[in-house]
Amino acid sequence: MIHIDIQKELHGSSGKMILDVNLEIQEGDFIALAGKSGSGKTTLLRILAGLEEASGELKIGHETWLDNSTCKPVQKRGIGFVFQDYALFPNMSVMQNLLFVKKDQDLAEHLLSLTELSELRDRHPSTLSGGQQQRVSLCRALMNQPKLLLMDEPLSALDPSMRTKLQQEILMLHKEFDITTILVSHDPSEMYRLANRVIVLEQGKAVQDGNPREVLLQTNGSQKFSFEGELLEIRKVDVIYVAVVSIGQQIVEVVVSVEEAENLQLGQIVRVGTKAFAPTIS
Amino acid sequence: MNLDFEPFLLSFKLAGLTTFILFLVSLPLAWFLSQTKMKLKPLIEAITALPIVLPPSVLGFYILWALSQNSPLGAFFENVFGVKLVFNFTGLVIASCFYSLPFMVQPLQGGFESINKTMLEASYISGKGKIQTVLQVALPNIKPALLSAIIITFAHTVGEFGVVLMVGGSIPGQTKVASTAIYEFVEIMDYKMAHIYSGIMLCISFFVLLSVYIFNKRHVKKVGL
Repeated sequence: MIHIDIQKELHGSSGKMILDVNLEIQEGDFIALAGKSGSGKTTLLRILAGLEEASGELKIGHETWLDNSTCKPVQKRGIGFVFQDYALFPNMSVMQNLLFVKKDQDLAEHLLSLTELSELRDRHPSTLSGGQQQRVSLCRALMNQPKLLLMDEPLSALDPSMRTKLQQEILMLHKEFDITTILVSHDPSEMYRLANRVIVLEQGKAVQDGNPREVLLQTNGSQKFSFEGELLEIRKVDVIYVAVVSIGQQIVEVVVSVEEAENLQLGQIVRVGTKAFAPTIS
Repeated sequence: MNLDFEPFLLSFKLAGLTTFILFLVSLPLAWFLSQTKMKLKPLIEAITALPIVLPPSVLGFYILWALSQNSPLGAFFENVFGVKLVFNFTGLVIASCFYSLPFMVQPLQGGFESINKTMLEASYISGKGKIQTVLQVALPNIKPALLSAIIITFAHTVGEFGVVLMVGGSIPGQTKVASTAIYEFVEIMDYKMAHIYSGIMLCISFFVLLSVYIFNKRHVKKVGL
C-alpha cells in the first residue's frame, strides 16, 4: 500500500497554486495521472521520486519516505523513473547504461532480450532511434528492481505505431516484474490500454478518480457517442448550416440549426454527440 | 649559440603544477556554481572572474602584500613551516593559481550548466551520489569543456608576466620563467635572444590552441551535436 498525502505551493503560469494530493494506491496497481499542463502531475511524480521537496506524508509499505522529521534522499528510494526525454548517459553504451544502475549482468541481459534490444547492447544512445532510446531508458529504470515505477509522459515524443508497441512492452514489464506503476499521460487511449485506475488532476487537486471506463468515457445520459473537437468552419448549405469540426486527426461535418450556428464561434472547443443510432464499424 | 632552456622548463613546471592544483580546486567550485540557486551566486562568480579584468600588477601587489613576511599569513608560514611565500617558486604557484582561476572555473561551469538536468537526476535515481555522478556522468559528457579548461589554464599560466614579476621577481632557476626572461633580454637589448624566445613561445601557444580547436571540432562530429 502506498499512502500519499502531500502539499506543496507551486508557481504556475496562472499564478500561485497549491498541490494538495491525498491518495491510497494498492500494490501492483497501474495508475495513470491525467490533467492539463500545469496541473501538477509532473511535480507530484518528482515529489514521489524525491527530486522535489514537499510537506506532508509519504509511506510506501512500512517505509516512511516523507513526514515532518524525515525525507528519504532520492538515492535511497530505489524507484525507477522514465523521463520524457529518455535522459540516457551518452558516454555509455546501452549495456553500460543498464549496468551503471546495478552490476547485474543477468538482469540486464534479460531486460534487453524482453525488449528486443540485445543486438544493440554495444551501441551508444546517440545512434539509436527515439523508440529504442526510450526502451533502453525503461530497461534502465527496472535495473534496481523497483517497487515503484514512475513514468513522465514516456511516449509523447514517439510516433503512434511505436507508441502502441511500447505500450505493450510497458504492460508486459509491469506484469513480469510485479511493479506499482504511475504514468503521467495526455493520451486517453494509452491510459485506457495500460491503467487500471485513472486520476485526473486539476489545479493541484485530484478531481476525478476511478477506473478508466468511468473517467475516460466522455458521454452523458443516453448519449452513445461524444467527441471533443475544435470548430473550424460553419458553412451555409441551401437552408441548413454545416459545422466542420476537427476531432483527433479527423475532420467531420455536423448539421447544426440556425440558432446553434449563431451561438458558436470558430476555434471554440465543442462536443459532438449522438443519441440512439446504430453505428457501423468497418 | 648557447640556448638556455631553463626558463621554458620553469614555465611548464609552473603551468603544469598550477593546472593540476586548479583542476582539483575548480571542479567542486564549478560544480557548485552550476547547480546552486542561492542568491550569493553572482557575488562568487564576480570574485572568481576578477583576475580576468584586474591588471596583473594589482593582483600581484595584493598577493605580495598578503603573503610577505610582514603579513600575518606570510609570518605564520615562515615561523611555523619555515617556508617563504614570496620571491620563490612556491609563491609563483600560489599567485598563478589566483591568476588563472577563472580560466579553469568558467569553462567547467559552462560545461556543467549545459548538461541535461534529467540526466543527472537519472543518475541520482539510480542510487549514485554527487561525487560519482560528477565523475562518471557529468565529466565524461563535457569533454570539450574539460579539455578547453585544462589547455587554456596551462597556456594562460605559461603566458603570465605581470604577476610573476611582482611576486617572484626574476631569480634564475627559481622564478625566471620564459616571459620574464624575454623582458630581460629586451631590457639589455639582446634582441636576437628575445626573438628566439618569443618565437618559441608564439609557436607553442599557436599549436596548443590549434589542437584544442581541432579536438573540439572532431568531438562535435563524433557525438553528432
